[in-house]
Amino acid sequence: MQKFSAFELFRQGLSGQTGWKPQWRSPEPKQAYDAVIIGGGGHGLGAAYYLAKQHGLRNIAVLEKGWIGGGNTGRNTTIIRSNYLFDESAGLYDHSVKLWEGLSQELNYNVMFSQRGVLMLAHTVHDVQVFKRHVHANRANGVDNEWLTAEEAKAYCPPLNISNNMRYPVLGGALQRRGGTARHDAVAWGYARGADALGVDIIENCEVTAIRRSASGAVQAVETTRGVIRTPKIGVSAAGHTSMVLGMAGVRLPLESYPLQALVSEPIKPVFPCVVMSNTIHAYISQSDKGELVIGAGTDIYTSYTQRGGLHISQHTLEAICELFPAFRRMKMLRNWGGIVDVTPDRSPIVAKTPVAGLYVNCGWGTGGFKATPGAAHTLAWTIARDEPHPINAPFTIERFRDGHLIDEAAAAAVAH
Amino acid sequence: MLLITCPYCGPRPEIEFAYGGQAHIARPERPVELDAQDWAEFLYMRTNPKGVHAERWRHTHGCARFFNALRDTTTDQFIATYRTGAPRPDATETAR
Repeated sequence: MQKFSAFELFRQGLSGQTGWKPQWRSPEPKQAYDAVIIGGGGHGLGAAYYLAKQHGLRNIAVLEKGWIGGGNTGRNTTIIRSNYLFDESAGLYDHSVKLWEGLSQELNYNVMFSQRGVLMLAHTVHDVQVFKRHVHANRANGVDNEWLTAEEAKAYCPPLNISNNMRYPVLGGALQRRGGTARHDAVAWGYARGADALGVDIIENCEVTAIRRSASGAVQAVETTRGVIRTPKIGVSAAGHTSMVLGMAGVRLPLESYPLQALVSEPIKPVFPCVVMSNTIHAYISQSDKGELVIGAGTDIYTSYTQRGGLHISQHTLEAICELFPAFRRMKMLRNWGGIVDVTPDRSPIVAKTPVAGLYVNCGWGTGGFKATPGAAHTLAWTIARDEPHPINAPFTIERFRDGHLIDEAAAAAVAH
Repeated sequence: MLLITCPYCGPRPEIEFAYGGQAHIARPERPVELDAQDWAEFLYMRTNPKGVHAERWRHTHGCARFFNALRDTTTDQFIATYRTGAPRPDATETAR
């Protein structure tokens, strides 16, 4: 692997920057691997990276039906935070934030993690009470989160409208200063480059069509569009398509897949210093380093695999954005798109073993999987390597829906998030 | 925005409707005999198909009645809508 450094940049400059090599190989699939990861997004590539780096499993492959990072990794609004209510969630999401904080160094790849702060706005008395409860619960768990008055929120984010001429005036907000954004493509590419250097085969345009199991029920092989690959262990990080992949092994999950939309504006000069979220009126906004305003909308009300979503959903979000930030009213939107998110009944993920021996699943991240990329990858790798969960992901089982141990962030936030 | 044909009121825009998830999940007749796994199956486990989906809708801002629909989740096209209690129509696509 060519290491990135100021010196290397200078040295390559002497030859006109023509000496750079591809950052990962495009190998033909082998007939057998010690482990196979299905899904080449940040979660899957990261799991392969940690399996190779921390658990010594080098003979592994990542199978991606399209191109790496082309699914939800490339379709989200890149928000990173860990201010979740429950202890289990705080553990998992803050594990992720801690990994984010060292990720560029770890991968020798700039993922452009920017801790610019995530400000969640309160618009009703109920919001104020819920957010203050979150602030206290987070602090008890060692997660930073603080309450800001409307004036303090305005000082932190000057474009914000805190006047009373809104349908839902801003009453204050909860600010997590360690939250922020990262460059989504760089996360996939950084993990891919790191995993490839450790011997992981990244196989694109390779869709899994069936999972073969032995007489005892354990996984044996995957059938793909590029041939049969034998393996004793399969990790699935397939986001919205997880129900389909696990269905191949006869495993049913408490998942429903919805389209979630995002959009970006024309690029403008730096104007927006942080991330602002409003769950109540459904608007999520930050500014990318290219200058585009990155805006997240809500999910459609019905399940779908279309990667689109209704225009009235984006319209609803833009109305909220225009009320919160009147300065943006005359801006044009450049693009909008959808990703398919797999939602659990309690809005908490599943990172766990399945009833099928050798089959592991990382799913149910719903509308907030990007922030968890390093933590999900790290704990999934641990679970695959040791055939038992890491203490951090141990509560996030499929069996919690049977045993009643839900981690009910759905009720905690009162909206999809 | 989808155009949805309510079996009682005819075609109406999507914003008049609420979604009710997978259809034809019958509440257990003898709940006392169910174990935890059966309850989890009834309450939480869903088919989530990529293809034809039988699902419940409610015309909340119209007649307010529930009905069922067959919709292809890869195109969002409705194949049929039908009244609650009626069996799932035998659309050729349903074999998928």
